[in-house]
Amino acid sequence: MSQPQTDPILVHLDGVAKSFGAVQALARVSFDIPQGACIGLVGHNGAGKSTLMHILAGSLTAGSGRIVVEGVDLTDRYGIATANAHGIRCVFQELSLCPNLSVAENARILHPSLKGWGWRKRAATLIRDRLDAVFPQHGIDPDAIVGDLSIARRQMVEIARAFSISDRPVKLVILDEPTSSLDAVLAGQLLAYVRRFVAEGGSVVLISHLLGEVLSTADRIVVMRDGKIVAEREAGAFTRTSLVECMGSMVQAEEGAGTPTKRLGDIPVVSAAPATRSATLPGGTSLLAHRGEIVGLAGLGGHGQTDMLMRIFDGAARPIPGVAVDGKVAIVAGDRQTDGVFPLWSIADNMTIASLGQMARRWLIDSRAEQGMAEDWRRRIGIRTDDVDMPILSLSGGNQQKVLFARALGSSATIILMDDPMRGVDIGTKQEVYAMLRAEAAKGRTFLWYTTEMDELKHCDHVYVFRDGRIVTDLARSELTEERVLQSSFEAAA
Amino acid sequence: MTQAFVARHIRIMLPTLALTVLLLAVFYMQPRAMSYLGLNLLLNLALPIAFATIAQMFVITVNELDLSIGAYVGFVACVGATWLRDDPLLGVAALAGGVLVYAALGALIHLRNLPSIVVTLGMSFVWLGLAILVLPTPGGKAPDWLRAVMTWKTPLLPFTIYASVALAVIVHLGLMRSAYGAVLRGVGGNPRSVERAGWSLLTAKMVMFGLAGLFGVFAGLALVGLTTSGDANIALRYTLLSIAGVILGGGEFTGGRISPIGAVIGAMTLTLAASFLSFLRLDPDWQIGAQGVILIVVLALRILINRTEARAS
Amino acid sequence: MNASLLQRLAAKPWLWAYLGALAIWLATIAFTEGRGGGDVLTAALSFATFSVIVAIGQMYVITLGPGNVDLSIPATITLAGAVSMKIMDGQDAMILPGLLIALGCGVGVGVGNYALIRLLRIPPIIATLSSSFIVLSAAISYSRGIRIKPPPMLADFTTWIVAGIPVLAVAAVVLTAIMSVVLHRTIYGRTVTALGQNARAARLAGLPVDRTRFATYVLCGAFAGLNGYLLSGFSGGAALNMGSEYLLASIAVVVIGGTSVAGGFANLPGLWGAAMLLFLLVTMLNTYGFGAGVRLVLTGLIIIGVITLAGGKRQAR
Repeated sequence: MSQPQTDPILVHLDGVAKSFGAVQALARVSFDIPQGACIGLVGHNGAGKSTLMHILAGSLTAGSGRIVVEGVDLTDRYGIATANAHGIRCVFQELSLCPNLSVAENARILHPSLKGWGWRKRAATLIRDRLDAVFPQHGIDPDAIVGDLSIARRQMVEIARAFSISDRPVKLVILDEPTSSLDAVLAGQLLAYVRRFVAEGGSVVLISHLLGEVLSTADRIVVMRDGKIVAEREAGAFTRTSLVECMGSMVQAEEGAGTPTKRLGDIPVVSAAPATRSATLPGGTSLLAHRGEIVGLAGLGGHGQTDMLMRIFDGAARPIPGVAVDGKVAIVAGDRQTDGVFPLWSIADNMTIASLGQMARRWLIDSRAEQGMAEDWRRRIGIRTDDVDMPILSLSGGNQQKVLFARALGSSATIILMDDPMRGVDIGTKQEVYAMLRAEAAKGRTFLWYTTEMDELKHCDHVYVFRDGRIVTDLARSELTEERVLQSSFEAAA
Repeated sequence: MTQAFVARHIRIMLPTLALTVLLLAVFYMQPRAMSYLGLNLLLNLALPIAFATIAQMFVITVNELDLSIGAYVGFVACVGATWLRDDPLLGVAALAGGVLVYAALGALIHLRNLPSIVVTLGMSFVWLGLAILVLPTPGGKAPDWLRAVMTWKTPLLPFTIYASVALAVIVHLGLMRSAYGAVLRGVGGNPRSVERAGWSLLTAKMVMFGLAGLFGVFAGLALVGLTTSGDANIALRYTLLSIAGVILGGGEFTGGRISPIGAVIGAMTLTLAASFLSFLRLDPDWQIGAQGVILIVVLALRILINRTEARAS
Repeated sequence: MNASLLQRLAAKPWLWAYLGALAIWLATIAFTEGRGGGDVLTAALSFATFSVIVAIGQMYVITLGPGNVDLSIPATITLAGAVSMKIMDGQDAMILPGLLIALGCGVGVGVGNYALIRLLRIPPIIATLSSSFIVLSAAISYSRGIRIKPPPMLADFTTWIVAGIPVLAVAAVVLTAIMSVVLHRTIYGRTVTALGQNARAARLAGLPVDRTRFATYVLCGAFAGLNGYLLSGFSGGAALNMGSEYLLASIAVVVIGGTSVAGGFANLPGLWGAAMLLFLLVTMLNTYGFGAGVRLVLTGLIIIGVITLAGGKRQAR
């Protein structure tokens, strides 16, 4: 391939629109993806990013508009196969590897040319080379079964697979929240690789909620809102604040975070020692939480925060050594699809399921009480629906998450565990929920909040930083800075 | 990583271990079984069950279940004992038709997103009815060539053992080592991602169901070659035996986690268990029950090993 | 998408069963030119009653989620029938103890099944299959093939027909209604459906997951036991093969009735439509003079036809 002189357009989208029933997810969107560039795509949930990317990947068909790839109008025959043939790859938000196959076999799924004698070896080489290139010292065996790998490693394999080249070229890779399961080091490696890939003439569309990531990596940034593109500029022309402004949320520069909540009572309602695997390492500090407190659990993803929440959850039901819980516990899941939502039920059913005990008269559930609670919480937490008897799946992700909050807050639980519940939730929703948490804490509830977002830790009264399954630091509100959290998270790794 | 690796291998070893223990127990009780003739008697019926188990395994690989395999094997046996001998062309056409119907079922189940349990439940009535139409009363006679194959006096070990080993190896190569085999198993593991990579799920389902039909034909022919005469009800219990064989062999119901070698071993273990019980001179009333107990013990062992491994990791 | 459309969609699966049953009944009486139409319905109600009783239990089990099914129902029916008949020994005074013993047999099998599933982590299909072997052996060994007549009062009650309507069927309809309320309006019922949709979410929502699974397998066993008791009374004693047809029938009735095989969505009214449909189908084919072969083929094809028409629903994952 000769060196492109004036970066030619790889993909040209012209007036692409898509509706689901009455809902218009995408309203005549036009934009270009040049060769050798990284386009950042940002926007709230429901802004249409995912729909746009699914159309680009061929897994959704556009309602109208034109798709032109390398100067050829492919609108009529655009589908998964066409996208593949033109070297358009996608790493979707949900992991899409086959857990029962090995890493190399998963590479084979994407590359039809890996067949015949010795395909296993070629597949292993292909994926290992790409892993080496993207994530040096990844330590992943191509023969390992994907189901045995950690989430982070699965995501690494998936990303490496998307960048791998056989007879199928790779021209455009769409990365939809690629760093959601990666720690800072791995995320850095990936973003560095994206820059190298782009420098060699490839194109990348990077979708991320982490604005810093997008600002530092993308050449151009496209901002979407309500199914439209509202801004498109060089990355340098944006700042964090201007990006957030473009996305259209009310920027409250963390004002609500300023006032501390009050600790009510001196006896902790939760005290839990982390489960340590090795006896040689000291267990570290125990986690303590009092009435009316919002306690943060921080650190790199997968370092024992979720395990700790599960220990406390189980500890409330049956005795577990090292865990003492005084009060009823409810959990707000972060992974909605696997941990939270009952997909066949209505919004109301999903909301009331944890509170049925209070609504049962003798044996039967009082439907009126149930309906009452659902209506009450629909208003209080602002779920965007006219009818709580609609199926839960008719709601957007952020609103489904609100239902899960209502489920926990509406129950009689006095201790609420939150397992990174704001993942993939738009800023507007977040602000509403933060305010509600503070109000509930003031009424005497205790919150244990695992979050991967620095901004959220500022809402906590104090923060435990986890590393390798242990609590390494307990930062009081006054000492809390991003540097200190990062420092504690990485100390030993350095 | 290594612990998971070890756990997987122990799980694969367990069926072999169960088979060995059972075989040793039989030899201990009945030393005469330790001969060519004895082994032949013991494992005689293992081959048709192994074929049926492999057929079931193909279907389980793509997260479906075939509750009609027993009736289908019976139908094949009836065709084998009648048309295949009297009018070979018609017989072969009928069997080919069976395979095509299986492939079509795969298509129907995929396209209409139907629960395979119910569709194959309905098919079990169909196959049984067809078998009765072909052969209203037990009888008929297997073609001589089929009889000759099934009673072939191979050197050193009985034919059944060679055939079972060959079956296990061939299916293992085809499904576990071949390039398309990985795709087929991938369909069980994560159908959406396989589809996104550009593969046709419809084709995969049709291939797997078609293969199930084909191996069902082998099972029926092997069975009628051994018994010489057919009967519509001859293989009804194969449905449950085949499912048990797949699971006993280390397979799982969902997620495309299967093992062809394990499935063949599982089928042999089940056959041997029946022989073992007759050697025990157990009250005939309790023979079925004892099979249940054996099944439970082997599975319990597997769970125990998995759990120990999980704790060690 | 509006709610009424969804409600219509949700209502659709069981509607097919009733429509199918009606069509088959009409086809039958069209052949006889209207004669015996009422008798056919009476017979259909009588026999559907037994299918429905076991299908209720099976439905609760299937609703628990993918992989949950009880294959030990036939063996349990046989065991409960054999044991209760032998204990009652034809005496009216023993009717109540006999019922309790039949239910006890079912509960016992249910407890055993769940022990295998929970303690040994054996997949339900294999666990209930293995236990059914053992239960069947127990039944064979216990009854030794002797057929004991049921107490006269039990026989009379199970075959009692008022104005063409079997009293037992009415009782079973009441039972169905009760179980429908249990499904929709009790915490237990909600937990069953929640588990079928998302077991992990059910646990994290603080629902009594293990207790509910346990109760459901026990419930299914108890219904099978009840069926064995009533069926023995109805057919003049227990027989070793009396349960065998209910293995396929219980699953077929549940699914044709509109319950999701993937779990999480159950439907009680549909059970009656489906059970009537299956019985009327056999009656129709008999009326038309078909042999056993054609009858089986058509039965199978119609089951597939019904599920194809009613199906296309969401499956697990």
